[in-house]
Amino acid sequence: MAFLNEVAKKKEGLVNGHRLCPGCTHSIIVRQIMAAAETEKYDIVAASATGCFEVSTGLYPYTSWNIPWIHNAFENVASTISGVEAMYKALKKKGKIDKDIRFIAIASDGGTYDIGLQALSGAIERGHRFLYICNDNNAYQNTGNQRSGATPFAANTTTSPNGSVIHGKTQSQKDIMSILEGHHMKYLAQASPSNWRDLMNKVKTALDVDGPTYINIIEPCTTGWGFPPDQAINMAQLAVDTCVWPIYEVVEGKVKINYKPKTKLPVEEYLKPQKRFAHIFKKGNEGLLEEFQAQIDRRWNWLLKREESGIGY
Amino acid sequence: MGKKVALTGNEAAAHAMRQINPDVIAAFPITPSTPIPQGVAQFIADGKMDTEFVTVESEHSAMSACVGAAAAGGRVMTATSANGLALMWEILYIASGSRLPIVTAIAARALSGPLNIHGDHSDVMGIRDAGWIEIAAENSQETYDGLIQAIKIAENKDVMTPATVFFDGFDISHSIEIWEMEEDKKVKDFIGEYTPLYPLLNTKEPVTHGAWAPPDWYFEHRMNQLEGLLNAKEVVKQVGKEFGKEFGREYGLFEEYKMDDAEYVIVAMGSVCGTTKDAIDSLRAQGVKAGLLKVRLFRPFPYQEIAELLSNAKAVAVLDRVSPAGAQGGPLFTEVRSALYDVNNRPPVVDYTYGLGGRDTQPKHIKSVYEALMQIVNTGKVEKQFDCLNLRGTWG
Repeated sequence: MAFLNEVAKKKEGLVNGHRLCPGCTHSIIVRQIMAAAETEKYDIVAASATGCFEVSTGLYPYTSWNIPWIHNAFENVASTISGVEAMYKALKKKGKIDKDIRFIAIASDGGTYDIGLQALSGAIERGHRFLYICNDNNAYQNTGNQRSGATPFAANTTTSPNGSVIHGKTQSQKDIMSILEGHHMKYLAQASPSNWRDLMNKVKTALDVDGPTYINIIEPCTTGWGFPPDQAINMAQLAVDTCVWPIYEVVEGKVKINYKPKTKLPVEEYLKPQKRFAHIFKKGNEGLLEEFQAQIDRRWNWLLKREESGIGY
Repeated sequence: MGKKVALTGNEAAAHAMRQINPDVIAAFPITPSTPIPQGVAQFIADGKMDTEFVTVESEHSAMSACVGAAAAGGRVMTATSANGLALMWEILYIASGSRLPIVTAIAARALSGPLNIHGDHSDVMGIRDAGWIEIAAENSQETYDGLIQAIKIAENKDVMTPATVFFDGFDISHSIEIWEMEEDKKVKDFIGEYTPLYPLLNTKEPVTHGAWAPPDWYFEHRMNQLEGLLNAKEVVKQVGKEFGKEFGREYGLFEEYKMDDAEYVIVAMGSVCGTTKDAIDSLRAQGVKAGLLKVRLFRPFPYQEIAELLSNAKAVAVLDRVSPAGAQGGPLFTEVRSALYDVNNRPPVVDYTYGLGGRDTQPKHIKSVYEALMQIVNTGKVEKQFDCLNLRGTWG
């Protein structure tokens, strides 16, 4: 996977004609995933939770999917893929399928951190062999930017608005990685489309694991976050360089940080270009910026200490 | 002729599942259907079936996994009751809308609140518009026979619609009855192999399942789906006949008990029909021309056939094991009464709610219904269009 021109030759699992917003990162990420997953060794079957990505790629009588793909509902993509994988095992056992197939479930933060968390937890605990991808765009973007468990502190959404008394979301982002780590799965990782080689390697690694795996991917949303459509990958890069979105993996409980910025940028570099954080920079709201930075520093330092400890399970 | 066994309704369902040996079962325990997944798990542990059993963390995930598995391309079953069925509700519509022939055994139970784990039809009536085929079983035998037939009905290419067979919680699910179990091989041959139309797991010909439909397509999808559901009526009759030919127990859309010359007719579903037949026998001995129309197929509702059968009655009482919840009567009542509107000779029709939350219904209660029908005919007056059986005090 060394060269971009090799990647560009891969058969596309997701093809053009979808209806995502101009500048949306969903399709960029999924094309990276599909390119990483394309191999002679196995075929891919994918499932999506209801959301921006699903409504934009599977609109009857059209489809953007060049591989088998299923959508069921919002909160149940993990249960749906459980059923698909169980049927695969049943038919394989009976000799009705000979090809090796790997399964990828794709959801966003709403379908993962919140409404789909129970189904995801159950599917991981049962040990189905599937890769779960969360494209985290920090809010319920399909319904128009309502706050989710993944919405960061102080972000302005339509259900955590900036007002004259309350300034955006008062709670912090849920640490989904730690929640899922509690399932003691063999492999989970956080990635960013700005660091595509890392992302694609993680997909390959995850698909080789005989069991459930998880990759949490930052998915900058031009519409909901309020930045120009040509800036999505830069936003992802800034999230990585400010350590708002650390790129790391947890292999059998052991943390490995895959990218440490040479100079850790202050969070305002990431926050300033986004309209959802505009109020943070208004006079009198300085405390919000300090609190944001403090939260990011706490998590980053904790992650560094975990890596340093070398402890796994 | 099968082997006579003395087992519960849940065991009948579990044995039917063992013999059907579906590719995937995804289920979650809930009273009173819990012994079904328990039975399945034991059969698998003992090597008596080789189904992939997905022990999901909720009924919502049970039906979600069933949808995934059925779309993947194979035979899929589950079992549930009450709140579990209610939790599945969202996905039941997706299963039928996706034309996936999933078969569900339901030990029918009251819905909360207040919490009650006993039998009634609140759960199955709550899903009557979900686009599923609904078959009512009176007893363990009909549960077992019904589940085997449901596979063939649901998978029929003109139908391709999920089906449920429901039987009364505790009254049937936990009562030991004598019934006939057929040979494994005969059941296997009867249901045959299932060939899915568009299996997701066929990676050579990739298909998209569950695309959303905008206003210019949703309507057509829904009406195509309705066509499949309505086609089930003829297929239920055909499969019921084939079953009779193979195993000696023939089934139709309903059962008529002493209906030939019946003047006073009860229309009902489920285990209360056994009690009603007993009551009819003793009334007949006294010269009362009592009869029962036991509805077997509730969805699609065979309204024309039922209207024709009831048009010769002098008075009809419908028994609903659910609260009318603000409607003119219970769901079976409104169906029957509506069906009779097109008949020239319309008998008076009254409704009774009975047996809620496992309340006992005895022959004396059924007799009181026939007495009320006789009074309606004698006086020419309907005093109460709706009433309750075995409720403390009086209703209304």
